[in-house]
Amino acid sequence: MTAIVDIDTKRKMLFQLKRIRAVEETIAKKYSEGKMRCPTHLCTGQEAIAVGVCAALRNDDFVVSTHRSHGHYLAKGGDLKKMLAEIYGKATGCSGGKGGSMHLIDESVGFMGSTSIVGGTIPIGTGLGLSIKLNGTDQVSCVFFGDGATEEGVFYESLNFAVLKGLPLLYICENNFYSVYSPLHVRQPSGRNIFEMARCFGIESSKGDGNDVIDVYSIVSQSVDYIRTQGKPIFLEFTTYRWHEHCGPNFDNDIGYRTCEEYLWWRGKDPIALLINNIKNNNEIGDPEIKNIEKIITEEVNEAFHFAEISQFPHSEDAFTQLFKL
Amino acid sequence: MHRIVNYVKAVNEALHIAMESDAKVITFGLGVDDPKCIFGTTAGLKEKFGSERVFDMPVSENALTGVAIGASLNGIRPVMSHQRLDFFLLGMDQLVNNASKWFYMFGGKRSVPITIRLILGRGWGQGPQHSQNLQAWFAHIPGLKVVMPVTPYDAKGLLLSSIFDDNPVIYLEHRWLHNLEGEVPEGDYRVPIGKAHVIKQGEDLTIVSLSYMTIEALHAVDVLERQGIHCELVDLRTVSPIDWETVFQSVKKTGRVLALDTATETLSIAGEVVAKVSMELFDALKSPPRRLALPDFPTPTSLALTEKYYRRAEDIVNIVGEMLGNNLNIKEILDSRKSFHDVPGDWFKGPF
Ligand SMILES: Cc1ncc(C[n+]2csc(CCOP(=O)(O)OP(=O)(O)O)c2C)c(N)n1
Ligand SMILES: [Mg+2]
Repeated sequence: MTAIVDIDTKRKMLFQLKRIRAVEETIAKKYSEGKMRCPTHLCTGQEAIAVGVCAALRNDDFVVSTHRSHGHYLAKGGDLKKMLAEIYGKATGCSGGKGGSMHLIDESVGFMGSTSIVGGTIPIGTGLGLSIKLNGTDQVSCVFFGDGATEEGVFYESLNFAVLKGLPLLYICENNFYSVYSPLHVRQPSGRNIFEMARCFGIESSKGDGNDVIDVYSIVSQSVDYIRTQGKPIFLEFTTYRWHEHCGPNFDNDIGYRTCEEYLWWRGKDPIALLINNIKNNNEIGDPEIKNIEKIITEEVNEAFHFAEISQFPHSEDAFTQLFKL
Repeated sequence: MHRIVNYVKAVNEALHIAMESDAKVITFGLGVDDPKCIFGTTAGLKEKFGSERVFDMPVSENALTGVAIGASLNGIRPVMSHQRLDFFLLGMDQLVNNASKWFYMFGGKRSVPITIRLILGRGWGQGPQHSQNLQAWFAHIPGLKVVMPVTPYDAKGLLLSSIFDDNPVIYLEHRWLHNLEGEVPEGDYRVPIGKAHVIKQGEDLTIVSLSYMTIEALHAVDVLERQGIHCELVDLRTVSPIDWETVFQSVKKTGRVLALDTATETLSIAGEVVAKVSMELFDALKSPPRRLALPDFPTPTSLALTEKYYRRAEDIVNIVGEMLGNNLNIKEILDSRKSFHDVPGDWFKGPF
C-alpha cells in the first residue's frame, strides 16, 4: 500500500533516519567509556518506524514510548542535546538527570514521556487520548510499544477502553520478534498476527514493513487522517529487527538466542539503504546531497555529545527535590 | 571441607535440588531458559528437567502470578522468578488479594505453596523503576512470608525452605549480593524461615540489618572494632515473620539499637524494628533507637544524584558515633573505596 511520497518528505525522513542512526551508533561507540551510566536500549535497525510515524504526526500530537525510545523522541523533534545530557546524567538533561535513557521527555514537541516498565505507557497514551476528546481538540495520541508489551493485561484493557470511548489513538506495535532473548514463539501462539488479534477488539488495524519508511509513512498518514476525522483509534503493527543486544552497545548473535543468518538477513533490509535505493531509483537525490546530509548530522551529533560531556552534573542535593508540585 | 561458591551458584543449586527431589516443583519466569538464565541462577534447569517444568513466559506478570497460585492449589510448587522486583508489581493483585488470603478466607482448606523470587536493584543508573526495595509492602500483608538472604549459605538454605514451605514466600535477592562468595554445603539443607542470624557478637550496640545493607554493616563493624567499639550484628534473614526473640535478646544486652534498611525510610522494616524494640524494651534502652534507610524519594538515575541517596558503611559508623557520643573516624572506609559509589566494588563488574 505504498503511496507516492513527495521528495521533500523523503528528504526529511532520510535526514531523520541517518540522524537517529548516527546518535545510536555514537552512543554504542562511547558507551564503554563508562560515562553513560544507565541501562540503554538502542534502536539501530528499527529507525524507520519512529521516523515514518512521526513524519505523519503534527507537532502538537502526543507520543509516549518505552525503554527503547531514543528514536521516537528524536523523530518527534525532541531536543538532541537534552537527550544525550540525560543519558550522561547531567543537570541539562531533559529530566534533569533523574531519569536516564529510559525516561525521556520533551513536552514542547508532544513527546510526553517514556518509561521502563513494559506496557506501562499504553494506558497513559490512552488517557492522553481521553483528554484530547474531553478538551475537544483534533490532536492524535500515539503510543509506541513492542511485541512483548502486547502480552500485558493492560494492553487489552487499554484497547478495549479506547474502542469503547472512541478515542483518537494511534497504537504502534514495533514487532521485532523478541522480548529480551525470548523469541515470539515462546510467548505467543505461532501463526498469530498481533494486528489481527487487535482487530477483534473492534479497532481498525493493519500491518506494514517497519523497515520501509515509505510504507510506514504511507500507512500512518492515512491512519492519522482517519483518526482525526472519525475520532476512532487505529492499531498498526510494523515488523522490524533490533541490531544490537537488547540492552547495551554490543552485538550478541553469538550467545545463542538468534542466528547470524537471521541477523544478516535483516541487516540486508537496512531502512536507510532501502530509502536511498528508492530515492536513487527515482533520481531524486544525488550522492553530493547525501554527503552533505551526513556532514550536517556529524557536526550536530558531535556538538551534542560535547554539550552532554561538558555539562555540569546536578548537585547531589537535587535528588531531594521535585517530589511534589508546590 | 570448605566448599566456597557464590550466591548465584547457591541459588542455582537450591533450584536443582528442589526440582530433583520433588517432581511437582516447576520454575518459570521471563528468561529462565534464555542464554543469560536470570544472571545464571536458572542455568541447566531446562536441560535437566525439561521444558514442561522449566519455561519462559509471556510478558504477563499478573496472569502468570495467578496461574502459579492456581497450579499450587492442585499440588504444583511453582517458583516464579523476576529480574527486578519492579516488574513484578503488575502481579501484586494476585499476590495480595489471592495468594496471601486463600488459606485464611476459605477457613483453612488449601494453602498456596508458591515461591516468588524478586531481584532488587541498586546503583548504576537503575533509577526510579528498576531499584525499588519494597520488602515492607510484602511484609505488611498478613499471609505472606518474606525472606532476604545475604550469604550464599542462607541463599541456598532459605530458597529450599521457601520452596517447600506450604505458604506463599517472597524471596528477595539483592543484585549486589550475586557475586558474593561463601561456604555452601553440598546437598539439601534448610535454613529455617523466621530465624535471624547473629553474624557478630558485641556488647556496645546492636545493628539490626537486612539484605545488602548487612554487607555495608560488616565493613562498618570491622572499622568500629579497630576503634574499640564492639557492635553486635543481627541479620534478620526473614523480614516476615521477624525473629523478635533474637533481636530483643541482643538489644537487652547492648541497650542500643540501630536498624538498617535498603528501602525508603518511612514505614520501613527498620521502622518496625525501632517501634517494636521501643515498645518492648523501653527500660533497657540507654539511648534512643535509630534507623538508617533511604531518603523518602524515588531513586534518581544520575551518578551525581545517587551520591547522597544510597547508604554506606561510613554512614553507619557516623550514626554509631552519634549514638555513643564518640567522634569516630571514617577515613579508613573512604580510603578503601576505589570505584564509583554506584557499583559495589572491585568484585562486581555487572551487568546489572
Ligand atoms: C513489566 C515488565 N516486565 C519485564 C520487564 C523487563 N523487560 C525490559 S525490556 C523487555 C522486553 C520487552 O519486549 P518488547 O516489548 O518486544 O520491546 P523490545 O525490547 O523488543 O523493543 C523486558 C521483558 C520490564 N521492564 N517490565
Ligand atoms: Mg520486541
